[in-house]
Order: sequence, then structure tokens, then C-alpha cells
Amino acid sequence: MMSSSVNTFLIKVSGLVQGVGFRPFIWRLARAMRLNGIVFNDSEGVTIYLNADEATVERFAQRLGDELPPLARIDRTSTQTVAFVSYDTFEIASSQQGEVSTGCAPDAATCSECRNELFDSSDRRYRYPFINCTNCGPRLSIIRQIPYDREFTTMVAFQQCSECTAEYNDPADRRFHAQPNACKTCGPQVWLEDKLGNRIAAKDAFICLNEAIRAGRIVAIKGLGGFHLACDATNPASVTALRIGKHRPDKAFALMVRDIGVLSRYAQVNTRVSELITGNSAPVVLLDPQPACDRPIADNIAPGQYQLGFMLPYTPVHHLLLEHIDVPLVMTSGNRSGSPQAISNDDAREQLADIADLFLFHDRPIQNRVDDSVVRDIAGRMHYLRRARGYAPASLPLPPGFAKAPDLVALGGELKNTLCLLQSGRAIITQHLGDLEDARTYDQYQATLDLYRNLYQFESDLFVCDLHPEYLSGKFGEQLAGQGKTLLKVQHHHAHLASCLGENAYPIDGKPVLGICLDGTGFGLDETLWGGEFLFGNYQQIRRLAHLQPFPLVGGVKAITEPWRCLYAQLKQALPLEDLQPYQALFPQLASPVCLTFDRMIEKGLSTPMTSSAGRLFDAVAAALGCHADAISYEGQAAIELESLAHQGDPRTPPYVFSITDNLIDPAPFWQALLEDLRLGQRTKADMALAFHKGFSDVLVDMVNQLRTQEDFTTIVLSGGVMQNAILFNALLASLEAQGFDVLTHQQLPANDAGLSFGQALIGAARVLSA
Amino acid sequence: MAHGSGGKAMAQLIDELFLQAFSNPWLEQMNDQACFTLPPGRVVMATDSHVISPLFFPGGDIGSLSVHGTVNDVAMSGAVPKYLSAGFILEEGFPLADLQRIVQSMARAAEEAGVAIVTGDTKVVERGKGDGCFINTTGIGVLVEQLNLSGNRVQPGDKIILSGTLGDHGVAIMSLREGLTFETTIASDSQSLHDLVAAMVAEVPEINCMRDPTRGGLAATLNEIAQSSHVGVTIYEATIPVKPQVSAACEFLGLDPLYVANEGKLVAFCPADKAEQLLAVMRKHSKGQEAAIIGEVTADPLKFVQMETVFGGRRMVDWISAEQLPRIC
Ligand SMILES: [Fe+3]
Ligand SMILES: [Mg+2]
Ligand SMILES: [Zn+2]
Ligand SMILES: [Zn+2]
Repeated sequence: MMSSSVNTFLIKVSGLVQGVGFRPFIWRLARAMRLNGIVFNDSEGVTIYLNADEATVERFAQRLGDELPPLARIDRTSTQTVAFVSYDTFEIASSQQGEVSTGCAPDAATCSECRNELFDSSDRRYRYPFINCTNCGPRLSIIRQIPYDREFTTMVAFQQCSECTAEYNDPADRRFHAQPNACKTCGPQVWLEDKLGNRIAAKDAFICLNEAIRAGRIVAIKGLGGFHLACDATNPASVTALRIGKHRPDKAFALMVRDIGVLSRYAQVNTRVSELITGNSAPVVLLDPQPACDRPIADNIAPGQYQLGFMLPYTPVHHLLLEHIDVPLVMTSGNRSGSPQAISNDDAREQLADIADLFLFHDRPIQNRVDDSVVRDIAGRMHYLRRARGYAPASLPLPPGFAKAPDLVALGGELKNTLCLLQSGRAIITQHLGDLEDARTYDQYQATLDLYRNLYQFESDLFVCDLHPEYLSGKFGEQLAGQGKTLLKVQHHHAHLASCLGENAYPIDGKPVLGICLDGTGFGLDETLWGGEFLFGNYQQIRRLAHLQPFPLVGGVKAITEPWRCLYAQLKQALPLEDLQPYQALFPQLASPVCLTFDRMIEKGLSTPMTSSAGRLFDAVAAALGCHADAISYEGQAAIELESLAHQGDPRTPPYVFSITDNLIDPAPFWQALLEDLRLGQRTKADMALAFHKGFSDVLVDMVNQLRTQEDFTTIVLSGGVMQNAILFNALLASLEAQGFDVLTHQQLPANDAGLSFGQALIGAARVLSA
Repeated sequence: MAHGSGGKAMAQLIDELFLQAFSNPWLEQMNDQACFTLPPGRVVMATDSHVISPLFFPGGDIGSLSVHGTVNDVAMSGAVPKYLSAGFILEEGFPLADLQRIVQSMARAAEEAGVAIVTGDTKVVERGKGDGCFINTTGIGVLVEQLNLSGNRVQPGDKIILSGTLGDHGVAIMSLREGLTFETTIASDSQSLHDLVAAMVAEVPEINCMRDPTRGGLAATLNEIAQSSHVGVTIYEATIPVKPQVSAACEFLGLDPLYVANEGKLVAFCPADKAEQLLAVMRKHSKGQEAAIIGEVTADPLKFVQMETVFGGRRMVDWISAEQLPRIC
């Protein structure tokens, strides 16, 4: 019965199957099932030939799915019989010709097996701070070029000892081809220094660090993708010292806790969140704090915010650091304000000497800066605020109709920049790089483009950038165009829309959708700054159907850093001057003589670009309600604190009313009502903030219904940075879904400008495909 | 001021005005050209058309500006400016009194700069076809053999010295033009730098390059140099002199002084071992009292201009094509 039905089966697997221990996994599975055949990587993923009967192949495929290595992800499998070939054994063949470079996988948090070995006194890697295996450990952060082999990573300096070599060469071992494999004898080491650069002799560096932290000191820790600064998060004085040192007065600090048990004492954790935070991406997750705990977190961790960002240890170094600490530690990027986090030991010594008292260094160089990823769970939907460690450079499949898309590079935006490579029907999005005006970030931007071109053996000379004439990414694009490369330009909010369509697998020939893009400021097709838009269209094109009433940004960029300028411009537009008089006492700024100069600037159009930005409207409202009217100390601060204020509002408070004229949303009636409420003082500011969120959501929905009578659409896309506002997002999503719309939102990429590159890439490809 | 046949009479009147104000032997010969012998050396020539609104401003007017602009362009080569030509385009109806003021101011500026305005021309255009008064000037100067300054000679390691505060001219013009009032009046820095340059090259002939950061400000100048010399530039925010009132006005308007025009400042690139010596000479001179070493030239194939901020961050200082449009999303 058996021999007659044994065939040769060809199984092809695609997805995240290279560089994640997939071939040894197949090898082990085949051996366990006593099957002969061969496995190798090729251009589409992994190919397996197997001698087996039908039923066995089915069981094999079943187990393949069930027992998948932690870092692998299968997108497609196909099985077919082919001409019979007899195999005597099961082997891993070296990679085949035409193998497409799969670059490298994301860095992964320490797996549970490695964690157990780390704390097992009988294990040869007991308390070894660089323990890792195929299922965990560094990847993107250490790679210099492809292929992802040890010699092309920063592990090249560490020659494996005989025991490590044996593991590395044994397909049955969890460390088979684990490029950073190492042990106490042969691998990287940690050491401590004081701020003057003197080595500190210590039996156990981690005990020393624990003592310093308990004593209220700030320590610098070299981690996976960069340095962190850490201190006791329950010690307000330490947190204050850290804020002074970093020149970071208000922006929230991320926290790290030892394990999920400690976490649940400090924050409200549901199963979704717990899966995410303990998974191999191990991002920072924004969570509601527990109302009461015995060692409260210092108030100055996240001033003016109702949620706190938590993560769990994701490297052996962190596990050792937190082993005996049962309070949260601040774990913030190791940099001075305005600079990206340090990655080299020398940079850390220089940048952090005035901040940290004690430094934990190690001698495994960090090749690529990879920041911590940040995620927020809003109404059961994951919102990525920053996508870096643990996610990049995992690729996204392209939506239907893009299979023949040309290879291209999308250059991204200006802030929160990422790059996106479109290649062989997938999109590879880089880790969050940051704000390009920062010169170190811009250097890294250039280096990252070179790195990814190498990792993916990327050839194309087709580039896509934003329309904004001043974006550094766009100027870089222009330079490339000057060298003969092809450059396409894409409108900012069209890219936001396409990015959301794309991650929701919306087909290239799908019906036009209505995109609600609520954003900061992006360069519009009419050369004003957009940011509160209703766009009707698809990947190929958009039409601007409706938007917020434009208003002047008094002093350009200054209006963004000084929210009261937005308030002034809004009020001036909403009310005749004489009607404003009774309210002047509410805002001392409005009585200031500088307002006369503002009037003059607005009248003359001097340094007062017009914008329909929703983000700037939120800034103006925040300023009116006393959230950082004079100046903000980090991007988005006023709007973020406005959301927190609204969070304290009474859910029953009635919404403010906005009006709609000719497809324009006019906030004038809202401002009149808000001023009156402020004057009477009978409503709390929290209620006013909430009433604004609700009213704004209402008018957006009203506009959707008005536009429905003008255009035919059933799908609505929500994108742009303002969609990170949980209160607005929830209200909007609930109303639109209740009305039967199919609502697409970002769940894999940030709604903010980090998602732009993916949208640019899709639009660029769609234009080429339809040309 | 009349146009057409009446205009001819006017032009004659104007010629007389010039003759009187600029009085020198060449003009007095009443030829259509000036003939002169230059001292030994290479001849340096530059031209610039001056269009500015308003025509009169604190610290100067279009007349003095048209002399300073061209004198400085000649002087940035290290040369001694000698002769100027002046071409006027006047709009019909332009007040004669204003013209007199402008011409007298030109004459004073020329005298101060040690140059003679030796030839000129006037045209009157129809009302509405000009903006009051445009002036083109062309300058000639002489450069001694041993000096060799050029935008493509800047070397990694060179120090960058700025002769004084940034942004005075641009902010003065803008506030006046737009009717903005600030607590103190800001005056333009319009002045000729020929004497400062003479002192500098006499002491440190090794200077590799000098530029006057006019339109586009210091940022544009540094980027130009980085491009033509294939180098990078790093400047230090803390060392860049800006008058407090200019800084306050820029804050207010949302402008960056690095991009604002100057009309009486220069930036010099010189070998590091000569920088202190050069700085000392400049500071001794009345037009360089606030001179400062503001940065250095780096080897950078990408030709980036970067600024180290007061917090130790590093910022890209790139070209700006038009108005300073916010990039923050
Ligand atoms: Fe945006
Ligand atoms: Mg000039
Ligand atoms: Zn592991
Ligand atoms: Zn070893």
C-alpha cells in the first residue's frame, strides 16, 4: 500500500521564510517524520521536495503550519506532485541560483528558551548577556550587507569557540546558523564605566547598575538598536534630573518592567495587549495606568497624558538589569534633545556624559540605529505610532493588481521619515528614521537607502517623493533626478490615503473611496498647506471634495510651535473684532500689541501661509483651553494634552456645533460657543475639550453625508496623524460604521507621516501601471 | 519726471545732476565713455542691478545700496574697487527731490568707498512700467598678483569667519515695507567692505575665498561654496552673531536669520592656522568689530551644510527655494 503511493511532492512556501530558521525547521520536521527529500531557498521563498504519500504530505503541511518557527510567517503554500525522484536522506541544499535577496529579518526579543537558559545556573550561558538563537536576537541592528552571514555583521570580530561552532553547524540545534551565536568564552562582553570614561571593576555589572538606580542615579545602557537612559520611574527627583539632562521638559518617557506580572500592577492589560507586548516584536505599548499602586509612578513621566508607554525586557541585558527590580524603570532613548539616540560607545560617552552617572557598554557594535516601536490599542485596533524594532524590515504584500508593479524607492516625508522599496510584488518599509532636518538622521537616511539597496539587491532608478518644495527628501529626489533618475511627485494626503488603502489590500481597480485625511500640514495641489481634507479617489488620482476652512499660520513654522498664534488666527476669522472684545480678558495674549503686527502680517500675506489643517485647529483649541498656548516643547504636545483633557470630560456632555457651507467646515459657531462657555465658567475645561472632539467628529460625519449626495462611495479611509487621537478616532469610526460604511483604518503602519512612503510607492506604481 | 520728448529734457537735467554730484574728471569730459589707466594687476569686474522697495530705509537707500552692492562684489575677490558705471531706469513721474536724495547718497557712498562713478546712463519709462527707480552699477577693480580667492578653492579644515551680525538688512527692509513696528528700529547694515577686505588680505593673503551673503542669506552662500568646492560645512549656532532685536523680529515673523539678506557683511574661508590672526585684524577694523569664527569646512562628499545647535544637536542647513514654508506635518 505504501510504496505504490509514494510520490515526489513539490511544496513551495512564500512569506517570511528566509533568515528565520525555516530550512532547519523543515529539516527537523522531515527527519521527525522519517521523510526524505531536500529543502532550499529560491527566488519565491522556500522550495521543498519530499518523497511521501498523499496522507503524509497533508500531515507534513499541517505540522508545517502549526509548528512554524516564531519569526516565520507564511503567506502562501502550494503543493503538487512532480516526476518521481528518489532521495536517500533529507538535506538542506545551499541556496539556489536566482535566489532573491530577502534582506534580513527584524530584530527579535529574547525567546523563552533563551530566557530560561539565561537564568539556569547549570547552563553554559548562565547569565550571559548576549544569549540568542535562531528564534531571537539581533538582525537588522547588526547587518552590514547581504548575505546575512556572520562575516557581514558586526559579529565578524567574534570567532566562535568549538562548542558554539558545533551548535552553529548542527541543523538539529536551535542555534543552527544563528549568526550572532556566542558564549562567555568567545562572544561579546559587557563592562561599566563612570562618566569620565574610567572602567569600574565590578563582580557583577548588573548588581552595580541596580544599586545606582536604587540610589536615584541615571544610567546609560547600550541595548540592541541604540543606547537607553534608565532610572527609577517611581523616583520623581531622578526623572527630573533626566529631563534636565536631556533638555526634554515634557515629552513622555517610555517605561520598562520586568514581566507581565509587574506590568499588571501598574497598567491595565487585556489579552490582546499582553500577546503583543510579550511577543517577539515587544514594542512599547501605550496603556491606561492602574488607578492605585503601592509605589506610584512619578507624575513627571508623562505630563499631561493619561496613558503611559510600557515595554518588557527584550534583550538578555534587559532581563539581567531588571531581574531584581520590581518597579518600572524609565527606558528612554540615549540622546540629548534633538539628536537621534547614540549607537556607538564614543558617541554615548560624548553625548551622555552630562546625563548619566554610570554606563553599561559592550563590544558588539550596533551597525544600524533601530528605535523602539510604539503601539496604541484603540478600540481593539492596533495603531502603530512608530514602527521600528521588531517590525522593520518585514515586508508588506502589495494589494491586488500590483503584481506587475515596477521596482521603485519612495523617499517618504520630512518628519518621522521612512523609506519604502517596492520590489517583486512586496513593499519593504525601513525602520522609523526620524526628522530629516536633524543632520545625523539625514546621514542615517542616506546610509539606510544604501543599506536596503544592498540588502535587497535593489536596482531600479525610479523614485517617488512628496510635492513639498522644501522637504529634504524631495530635494534629495531632485538631486537624483538631476543625475538622470526618474522622479515622480505625490501629494502628501494622497499618499496618506493610498497608504491606508494599501495596507487594507484595497485593489488597484477598486471603486473610488472617500478619504478623510486629518493631519498636520502637507503641501496641497493648490500650493497651500492642507491637513483637513476629504479626498475622493483611488491610487491613481484624487479630487479634493471638501476641507476645513483655511486660516493663516501667523509666522509660518512659529504658529506650529506657539499654538496661541493659531488661536488668534482662528478667533479673528470666526468673530468680528468688536465681538471679540468681551472675551479678551480670557486670553491675555489677545490684548498684546503684537497682535497688531499679526493683523498686518495677515493683511499683507507676510509669512502667513494658509492652511486647512485639522491638527492646527486642535492646537488652537488646546491653546484656548490652556494647554501650552505660549509654546510647545515637542511636536503635537498641545493636541496630545487636549485629548487627555477631553478624556476627563463627562461622557454625557453635549457636543459643540460646527457649520458647513459649500463643502467647507466652518468652526465659527464652535468658537462662539466655546468663548461663551469660557466666559461663564460653568462648564469644565475637560467637558469643553470633550465637546469639541464630539462636535468635530459630528461635523465630519455630516460632511460625509453631504458628499454622499454628490459622489458615489461606500468605503471611507481614515488617515493622517490626527487619527492617532483615540477619542476622535473612536467617535468617527463608530458613527461611520453605524451608518453602514466600510471604514478602512491603519493597523499595520502609522497613520502619521511614517506611513507616507508606502502610499507614495503605491501611487507611483499605479501611475506607471496605468501609463 | 516726464517721458518721451519732454523726457529728453528731463534726462538732460538728470545728467547735470549727476555731473554735479559725482563730479570727477571723466564725467566732466562729457564723453560717452570714460578712459583711464589702471594700476598694475589683474582687472576685476562685477555688475549688479538694484531693485528694492522701499527706496529709502533706515541705514540707507537704493543709491548707497547700488554702490555698496557692486563695490562689495568686486572687493570679495580681494581687489581694490576703482571705478563704477551707473545706469538708471526711472518711472515717469518719479519725484525729482527723491532722485536728488538718491544721487547724493550714491555720491557719498562712492566717495567713502574710494571709487569714481565715471560713466552713466538714464532712461525714463512710461508710468506703470517701472517701480520708481532701478539702478544698475558695474564696477572695476584691480587685484594684485599674489591673491587668489575663489569659490572653488575652499579646503577641508578651513575656518569660516563672519564679519558681523546677520539679518539686519533683510529685517529692516521687511519691517518697513510691510509696516511692521518693533520696539526698536532696525537699520540696514548696507556698507562697502573694501577697506575691511584691504586690511584682511594685507595681513592674511592666504584667504581662500570671501563672499558677501546677500540674497538667500548665509545659508545660501555656504551651500554655494560647498557645491563649488566639493566640501561640507559645519557652523556653530552659539557663535553666530545676531542682534537681539533682529533675533526677536525673526522669532516673531517665523524667519530664520540664516536665510535673511545682508548688505554689509562678508564671510571668509581661511586656513585654520591663519584664522586667529585674520580674526584679530577684522576685529580691529570698525566694520569687523563683531567678527567671529562661526564654523569650519569639512571633507564631505555629500556637500552638506550643517549647524551644531546650542544643545549639541546637528541641523541640516539647506537651500530654501522661496518663502520659509513650514515642513512640520
Ligand atoms: Fe502628514
Ligand atoms: Mg551682488
Ligand atoms: Zn532564543
Ligand atoms: Zn562560544
